[in-house]
This record gives sequence, C-alpha cells and structure tokens, in this order.
Amino acid sequence: MIGLAVHAPALADAANKCAPGLPAGFCHHHAETGCVAGNGFFCAGWAVDNFDRYVGPFFRQLEIVAVSVAIGFALAMALTVLSHRYRPLIPPLLGVTGVLYTVPSIAFFFLLLPITGFGLDTAVIPLSAYTLQIIYRNALAGLANVPVDARDAGRGMGMTDGELLRRVELPLAVPEIIAGLRIATVSTVAVATLAFLAGAGGLGQLLAEQNDFKTNIIMVGGLAIAMAVALDLLLLLAQRLATPWRRVRAS
Amino acid sequence: MLPVAFLHSFVGAFDFILHQREAVTGGGVQVGGPAYVWHFARTQLEVSAVALAGAMAVGLPAGLVLGHLGRGEFFAVGFGNAGRAVPEIAVIFLLAAIIGIGLGNVAIALGILGLPPILTNTFVAVRQVDRTAIEAAEGMGMRAAGVIARIELPLAAPTIMSGIRTAAINIFATATVASFVGLSTLGDLVTGRNVYGDDGVVAGAIAIALLAMCIELVLAGVQALVTPRGLKLQRARQGA
Repeated sequence: MIGLAVHAPALADAANKCAPGLPAGFCHHHAETGCVAGNGFFCAGWAVDNFDRYVGPFFRQLEIVAVSVAIGFALAMALTVLSHRYRPLIPPLLGVTGVLYTVPSIAFFFLLLPITGFGLDTAVIPLSAYTLQIIYRNALAGLANVPVDARDAGRGMGMTDGELLRRVELPLAVPEIIAGLRIATVSTVAVATLAFLAGAGGLGQLLAEQNDFKTNIIMVGGLAIAMAVALDLLLLLAQRLATPWRRVRAS
Repeated sequence: MLPVAFLHSFVGAFDFILHQREAVTGGGVQVGGPAYVWHFARTQLEVSAVALAGAMAVGLPAGLVLGHLGRGEFFAVGFGNAGRAVPEIAVIFLLAAIIGIGLGNVAIALGILGLPPILTNTFVAVRQVDRTAIEAAEGMGMRAAGVIARIELPLAAPTIMSGIRTAAINIFATATVASFVGLSTLGDLVTGRNVYGDDGVVAGAIAIALLAMCIELVLAGVQALVTPRGLKLQRARQGA
C-alpha cells in the first residue's frame, strides 16, 4: 500500500508532461505527444487511446434524449387524441406548445434550476416541452391527411369513434407521426449537448471541462451527430416495420 | 409548493432586473438594474443580428438560384436536415479554438448554424411555386432574373420567412453560450450564480425567454407583411 502511494504522484507527473497546459487526466494514456501538445486539428491517436472517457457521457446523453422524447411523445399523442375528438382545443394547444417551443431550452434550464436543482429533471422538463410542438403538429397533419374513403370504409364496417381512431386513422398517420418524431429526436440530441448546464451531464460536460482542445471538441460533436444519425435511422426502420402496406403498394 | 417556489424565484428575478444591488461576492461591486441587464442583452442581440444577416446573405441567393434551376436538391435539403443534428456549442468552441474569440468569430459560428433552415426553406419554397405562374411570366417575355425577383421570391416569401424565423430563434438562443468564449451575452448572467445569485440566474433566463418571444412575434409580423395579397386570398378560399 505504501509503495503505491509513493509511486502515484510520479505517474501523474509523467502523464502531465505529455501536454503542458492540459489537465492531468487529459493525457493519462500515452498518445502522440506532439499533436496533443500543439493542439492539432484532430489527434486520431489520442482519440483512440482516450475513447473510454466518452462512453459514459455518450450513454448519459442517450438516456436524457430517450427519456425526454418518450415523455414528449406520450404527452403530444395524448394531446393529439384529445384534440382530435374536441376540435376547438387545437388552436390553444398549438399556441401553448408553440410558446414552449420558442422558449430556448437553455433559458428554461436556468428558470428551473433554483427550483428543481441540478440533475436529470432540470434537463428533461425543458427538452420534452421542446419536442411537444414538433410531434403534435405532425400528428395532427397525419390525422388530417387520412383519406375520407378509408374513414367511410371503417364506418361502414360498424366501427365506433375509438375503433376508427385506433385501427384506421392512427395507423394511416404513422408516417407523419414518425416524421415528427425523427425531427424531434435529432434536434433533441443536439440540444441535449447543453444538458450539462442543468447538471445532467452528457457529452457537453466534456466540452465544458476542456473547451479549447480541438480533438475533444470534434469527438464530442462527432459523437453527438453519430447518435442523431443512428436514432434517425432506427426510427426510419421502425416506420417501415409499422407500415407494411406501403411497401406492398410501392412494389 | 412548486407554484410558490416559482413565484418567489420570479419576484427575486424581476427585482434583479429593476434594481441595482451588491454582488454575492461582495466588495461593494454593484450588479443588476435595467442598464446592467440591457448591456448583456444588447451584446446578445447584436451578435445574433450580425449572424442572421450573414446567414441570409449566403442562404437566400443560394436557395433562390438553386431552386430556380431545380438543381442541388440533395445538397440544399440534406444540408438542412444534417444541420439540425450539429451540436451548436461544439461549433462555437471549435471556431473559437481555430480562429480565436471575439464578436466577429462568434457571429460566423452562429451564422453557420442559421444557414441550413434558410437555405432549405428558400429552396423548397421556390420549388413549390405554381409552375403555371412561372410559365405565364416567361410567356410574357420575362427573363430568369425577373422570374426570380418578381414571381418566385414573392410567392415563396412566407415559407422563406418561416425559415428565417427558425434561424433567428436558434441563433439568439445559442448566442447565450457565447459567454463561454468571452462574449458578454446573457449567458454571463445565467452561468454566473456565484456572482449574481439565483435572482441573477433567473433574471437572465427570463430575459432570454422574453427576447426570444419578441423576436418570434416581430418576425411573424414581418411574415404576414411579406405574404402577397393574392396568396392570402387563395388560402382564404381554400379554407372556406
């Protein structure tokens, strides 16, 4: 035990030498010393050696996005079904969700901060509020575009309002609903990079810790974009699986 | 208890906006008051205006010409979709690390973020202009520049304006984080809890939210003004 304690500072010292001016943790793995010290545009060796530091924040950001979009989606769909039955609700609901969309998430974080404190809640509430308008607007458009013929056919088969909504209108609106979900998800991934300001962590946390080291900035930006693209493709796949009849018609 | 907590925090924030007080750090340093908050708000508005003007100067002509020619759809639309995925704070830090800090450089970073919605909306709007209107103009002997300026631009104006609105709100919101690279925007207030206290943080957040809504309202008004009367009549008829 004593031996370890004696050796630890020496190790930290050696690590610090690889890049003057960078915090000790930033080059604890041996990497291309020149590139890191000179703050080159992208030090691939450093990125590979230090990839592990990005894994935790990446999945934290994925968690923030998944929770926010899931809550936003559930609320927006509830509003859609409600206002589909009671049409006069549509203008005021578009107005309220529009205001929530306009208030910048970053301002919303800091409005909540003194009340909800640092943590996941303070990030998730603004982000899910932000997705409402996008998903709600698209879902409404999807329901409005359902062909009258399909509705009449459902009625002719003796469907009630609820059955018509569940078995005809919502399935036919799936492409528009998922289109909204895709826009909401991709935008939320980008905005969630600011969730560290609400104390929720994520990739942005790494930016805040080292905001002038170019390789780090590019890694954070690149991983956020990769997350957005992956989720976008996943939702596109979900749409194809949920609407098998569109493929039949296309072929 | 939540509404009470909100009310309490809002009262403190408005007090910060209206009256000067000593900083949390003490030492007789005075913070708060209308002029103090306006100083930060003004910087944020200035850098946003420069960035928006730059994004419009590039995005509008490019979108109009590409839309008129019907070329580069993959580029114009794909650029807009890809732009949504880019974390804006990373672009600001990267540009600050490469070309340094300052109002001009932050404006460039913010302008890049505003470009996709303007370019994409302009392109899509021009493509959606009624072909018969363009053919009628060409039949009357109008040249390409005339078609763009007098037919396509007016008919595309509402959709172009909605792209500009999106860009303006995104730029203004993101200008908040410019405080990380040394520009004194309202981001200074919201991230300066140890100096301004909770009241200053919430005051900054309220100022950002209110200004964003003002920008949205003003631009919505502009959008209504630039919508040709003919389009409004056509829409009213379709609605009826």
